[in-house]
Amino acid sequence: MSEVLVLVDHVDGEVKKPTLELLAIAKRLGEPSAVFIGGADKAAAAGEKLKAFGAEKIYVVDDAEIKGYLVAPKAEALQQLVEKASPAAVLIVSGFEGKEIAGRLAIKTGSGLITDAVDVQEGPVTTQSVFAGNFTVTAKVTKGTPIITVKPNSATPEETAGAGTVEEFSPTISDGAKTAQIVASQPRQASGRPELNEAAIVVSGGRGTGGNFEPIEGLADALGAAVGASRAAVDSGWIPHNFQIGQTGKTVSPQLYIANGISGAIQHRAGMQTSKTIVAVNKDEEAPIFELVDFGVVGDLHSVLPAATEQINKRKG
Amino acid sequence: MNIVVCVKHVPDATGDRHFESDNTVDRVGVDGLLSELDEYAVEQALQIKEKAEGDDVTVTALTVGPEKAVDAVRKALQMGADQGIHVIDDAIAGSDAIATSLVLAKAIEKAGAETPVDLVVCGMASTDASMSVVPAMLAERLGLPQVTFASVIETQGDQVRVKRDGDSATEVIGGTLPLVLSVTDQTGEARYPSFKGIMAAKKKPMETWSLGDLGVEADQVGLSVAWSEVEDTTARPPRTAGEIVKDEDGSGATALTEFLAAKKFI
Ligand SMILES: Cc1cc2nc3c(=O)[nH]c(=O)nc-3n(C[C@H](O)[C@H](O)[C@H](O)COP(=O)(O)OP(=O)(O)OC[C@H]3O[C@@H](n4cnc5c(N)ncnc54)[C@H](O)[C@@H]3O)c2cc1C
Ligand SMILES: Nc1ncnc2c1ncn2[C@@H]1O[C@H](COP(=O)(O)O)[C@@H](O)[C@H]1O
Repeated sequence: MSEVLVLVDHVDGEVKKPTLELLAIAKRLGEPSAVFIGGADKAAAAGEKLKAFGAEKIYVVDDAEIKGYLVAPKAEALQQLVEKASPAAVLIVSGFEGKEIAGRLAIKTGSGLITDAVDVQEGPVTTQSVFAGNFTVTAKVTKGTPIITVKPNSATPEETAGAGTVEEFSPTISDGAKTAQIVASQPRQASGRPELNEAAIVVSGGRGTGGNFEPIEGLADALGAAVGASRAAVDSGWIPHNFQIGQTGKTVSPQLYIANGISGAIQHRAGMQTSKTIVAVNKDEEAPIFELVDFGVVGDLHSVLPAATEQINKRKG
Repeated sequence: MNIVVCVKHVPDATGDRHFESDNTVDRVGVDGLLSELDEYAVEQALQIKEKAEGDDVTVTALTVGPEKAVDAVRKALQMGADQGIHVIDDAIAGSDAIATSLVLAKAIEKAGAETPVDLVVCGMASTDASMSVVPAMLAERLGLPQVTFASVIETQGDQVRVKRDGDSATEVIGGTLPLVLSVTDQTGEARYPSFKGIMAAKKKPMETWSLGDLGVEADQVGLSVAWSEVEDTTARPPRTAGEIVKDEDGSGATALTEFLAAKKFI
């Protein structure tokens, strides 16, 4: 069986959940080989986790020399691994970086590229959700090595161990790849809440909050949810941009999405329309968001949310 | 300084976007416009030009697309770009990002034949395909550094520094011209064309190039040579109408809690 390369998404060796999802997908297509690009000292801890979730092989690429540069060196490293391993596919998590690495890798290797898959099955045949979630598209790569970026929450991680054989790999990185420099990097502060694109429940607020996110945060904490926002709330400076959901923010696909004081513009829908269950609280019964909901409350979020939060906390005892 | 802004003409997101029978996006039968996210790219290019004052800066708006795509360039000219280039060729129809980036790269090379291009500015994503890959592909093809997803941009001489909200960190990215820059909608509102701008645009130079002008063969682009293939497109089934309750004397909160409990979210 051919190898399937999975580029590991991690912060200082801490492997993120979407990578474990990719390992589960890789098993459907061949033998999962994780590609860890990072500090050599962090590789062991990451390797344990990758092995536990099914990696048969783990390529460790020490990033000491390329850490300070944007995407290009990573694409070069992957290109050399593709040449070496002739994999059945390369899987990368959909994010800014992931998509850019994939784009460059596609050109370097003369391969077809599919971005933002929400499912990948044998073939590999991918499923994508396009036009703000209004259409589902199935596609496949017809040239070279299929390079596929997959959205978080597209598969369930499977905790069945693989061989986890570690192999050091030292790519040759050209000077041309070391041009765009990361001058400074400020890791995002942990909010204590689940990460937006990994959360099972997302509670979000829009212009209707009037800038008061307490009712949103209260409900989120009662449900163990992540907090999100519309662009109107972000543009008003009420909440940082990394909370934004939608076309130019994050795409989420949780089990439950609760939109509060959000009208439901097409650009917002683009980021949440594939949520399994959708709930909205809005004082305008004509708000377009109500066209999407499984359950809606026409009312003022400033009274509905705190009351519901209290009831939920009581039920939990 | 020679700046090229890549602008895409896209189907209106608020209209009825759909696919043709060959599974390509219908670009002819629907209203189109300059991709809103590319307005931010035009705006930033114009701001860089304005900041450079006395220095000689030319902003060229470039689009690849069918006949109507010229409207995207025209809008950029109305906003203040100096000249436009429209690459149009029947063979381009149905091209994927890989082929589109090839045509754009060749056009940028041709645009820089006399005075090399110093800066290529793109939007963060097109509002139809929204792949966010063309800028990185351009950087790859042109052998230039990429400084992408900028939310704040600073230029000084040949140095470009941007702030960006990365996937897990807020970063400052820097590079030396020439380079490819992509900008987000966090960079600040784009200007509206003024009446004067609209009138002036009519007299601005506009070139129309075919694949032949760029030395690109017809069999390098288009649907038939796309490196990926759409097998099927399905409209999402309409959501079944949900239950909507009106909040009266706190009944809304109770109904909401009951719904969440019934669905086992509590
Ligand atoms: C290129 C482009 C990209 C964009 N990207 C995004 C994106 O990624 N994400 C995004 O969200 N938007 C995006 N937008 C903006 C989008 O078009 C909308 O403007 C935005 O989503 C509106 O936010 P909102 O629903 O919070 O505000 P509004 O549309 O103003 O709606 C506020 C809602 O709150 C309700 N309300 C008011 N007070 C209360 C109350 N006390 N209790 C309950 N309800 C109340 C009102 O009835 C109304 O329905 C983008 C736009 C463009 C052009
Ligand atoms: N056909 C095109 N013509 C001109 N510019 C384009 C075209 N396609 C993509 N671009 C540029 O590339 C950016 C990203 O596009 P995409 O990768 O399709 O999301 C856009 O914001 C444009 O700046």
